[in-house]
Amino acid sequence: MEINRKFKAVGAVVLAVGMSVAALTGCSSSTSSNGSHVKASYTFWDPYPQYDASSAWAKVINSCAADAGVTIKRTGYDTSDLTNKALLAGQQKNSPDILLVDNPVVSTLAEAGILTTTAENKLVVGDVAKNILGAGVIDGKTYGVPIGANTLALYYNPKVLAAAGVDIASVKDWASLTDALAQVTAAGKKGITFSGIGTEEGSFQFLPWYWGSGADLTKLDSDKAVSALTLWKNWVDKGYAPNSVLNNTQTTSWQEFQTGDFAFAENGTWQKADAAKMGDQVIPLPAATGGAAPAPTGGEFLTIPVQKDAARYAASAKIVACMTSTKNVVNTDNTLNYIAASKDAQKDQLAGDATLKPWIDAVQVAQARTGNNLGTKYPKISEQLWTAVQKALSGSASPSDALKAAQAAVK
Amino acid sequence: MTASFTTSRRSSRRGGWTAWAFIAPVVIYLLVFYAYPLGRNIELSLRDYTVRSFIDGTAPFVGLENYIKVFASATFAPALLNTALFVGVSILFQFSIGLALAVFFIKNFPLGSTLRALFLVPWLLPLLVSGSVWSWMLNSDSGVVNSFLEAVGIGQINWLTSPHWALVAVLIANIWIGIPFNLVILYSGLQGIPSEVHEAASIDGANGWQTFWRVTFPLLRPVSAITILLGLVYTLKVFDIIWIMTKGGPADSSTTFAIWSYRLGFGSLLPDFSPAAAVGNLLILVALVFGLIYIRTQRRLDVN
Repeated sequence: MEINRKFKAVGAVVLAVGMSVAALTGCSSSTSSNGSHVKASYTFWDPYPQYDASSAWAKVINSCAADAGVTIKRTGYDTSDLTNKALLAGQQKNSPDILLVDNPVVSTLAEAGILTTTAENKLVVGDVAKNILGAGVIDGKTYGVPIGANTLALYYNPKVLAAAGVDIASVKDWASLTDALAQVTAAGKKGITFSGIGTEEGSFQFLPWYWGSGADLTKLDSDKAVSALTLWKNWVDKGYAPNSVLNNTQTTSWQEFQTGDFAFAENGTWQKADAAKMGDQVIPLPAATGGAAPAPTGGEFLTIPVQKDAARYAASAKIVACMTSTKNVVNTDNTLNYIAASKDAQKDQLAGDATLKPWIDAVQVAQARTGNNLGTKYPKISEQLWTAVQKALSGSASPSDALKAAQAAVK
Repeated sequence: MTASFTTSRRSSRRGGWTAWAFIAPVVIYLLVFYAYPLGRNIELSLRDYTVRSFIDGTAPFVGLENYIKVFASATFAPALLNTALFVGVSILFQFSIGLALAVFFIKNFPLGSTLRALFLVPWLLPLLVSGSVWSWMLNSDSGVVNSFLEAVGIGQINWLTSPHWALVAVLIANIWIGIPFNLVILYSGLQGIPSEVHEAASIDGANGWQTFWRVTFPLLRPVSAITILLGLVYTLKVFDIIWIMTKGGPADSSTTFAIWSYRLGFGSLLPDFSPAAAVGNLLILVALVFGLIYIRTQRRLDVN
């Protein structure tokens, strides 16, 4: 008798829960059938959470969406979070219509099958510089276009150099740079600061020296690569670069430079406003035997992820083309502190601000990290590269042993 | 006879149903939040997950290949050694300093409780704050600790960037953070010891050290056992401090299993989840062994 009563109570609860669930799902499913005269809503994800709905960035997106005849909902995520969110969305078959991601991630997402090629989405690429577009090209197929690019250069403090009697025009290659560092250190100031931390930032900062020696990322243990790592190691050993470079991020390295004690700092386009305030100037990073070293490109790519309904690509492609049109992209890149990716847009930027010349020159010889079909091989190579840098700078291994171990680990 | 037998059987079945209904929420909770993630992690380590696996769900079964990769990796031996050293030295110093402080505080003196509350601060601070502040203090060129050492004439030590000192640096920070926990638990354990025992010892002519070592410490064994077990399991998982201060570097000199697992899974641009899950499972295994040792010790203490 008691069991019967208990079963009746349980049964009643189950029925009540079941009916309320059914009622709720019934309510929600009816809202999706809208009339066809309402504008379609598109989603846009970008890694700029610092810009809110009232910013110039959001206004550009909205106006381009209006031109394409759709409404758009834009969400800004933290850049390190965006890759995981994009993967999760792809897994749920729920990707945004337009996705703006950091350029080395494009090949990872393309490999995961989340992105469409220009053949599928009919996006017209235009005259984007090949070296910047490289990060979005895998096996001859283009998966996205750059919104702009930034790169690294050598900032210098004219006051410190003048006090040490160094003429910046004499710094043309590695030997002259090392001599300048020796002179500055002898005069009691500090030489150069950069970031050699055991993360992607460390690889990013080491690459101009690596590529500047003529080495290639497919062969980490070449003599040229060893010479690049030896350059850094000698600087740290002789005291031209502080020991803290092993743990410096680019931000902490910049903070060291801002103390005014350092003659040189390797940092990126995003610091140029700060540098101007302090009276610092910039030259391209020197290659081993002269000329500008190829530096890695930073900056994001506009991509169009795979959608269930292929008809959506047309509007997405229109929005992307509108955002990368010369007029819009110049305004956007000036706001973001990027350099534009096409020659015409770069000319417009230079006309508006002549101090951009060294940066435009640097971006024109820059290289994409995942370019040359390195794609998803790059993260593994990069991890071994920064490990080798850490080993050599901390003294755990000689540069040649460290790079040999790195190359062996990549195989 | 038969009537009463069947009613008693029905009532025991009724009691059985009620018992299951009561523990059902706990069982469901354990299954969903413990058993399922653990099972999923084991499955993750037995398959080869790539970025594409997330999207189309294909992950070929590779058996123990990930574990073999982990054991054969050049990072395995340093990580194992560092984990053992990190856990062993941390517990040793956290426990002994915590015990010394607890014995100090058990004699109530004015402002004693305020001082004891202040000692809790390292444990209360968010680990991000502790890690960042210790990083600043131990910075090779601009850190307070090196300024002090140079003033005293010892010279600069590269705490966070030298392969010899990186593990020592994270040990110091972790010990500093763990002392309050030991202090609090051992203090309450000491309070549980009746004062008559100490009086009896002093009547028998024992001095301070003998009283502590032969009377107080043995009575503190159950509390010590749980403190050490909790400390062991917690220290095995320590991640934030090491990641913020040294990221496991330079060159694996401060890499523990927890750091290695995270670095494999999230430390590079391309996640490598299967080996990360394998390392994580090894960590769970070690914690399980500690737990079993504790249960055995507890049973032996109960028998005594």
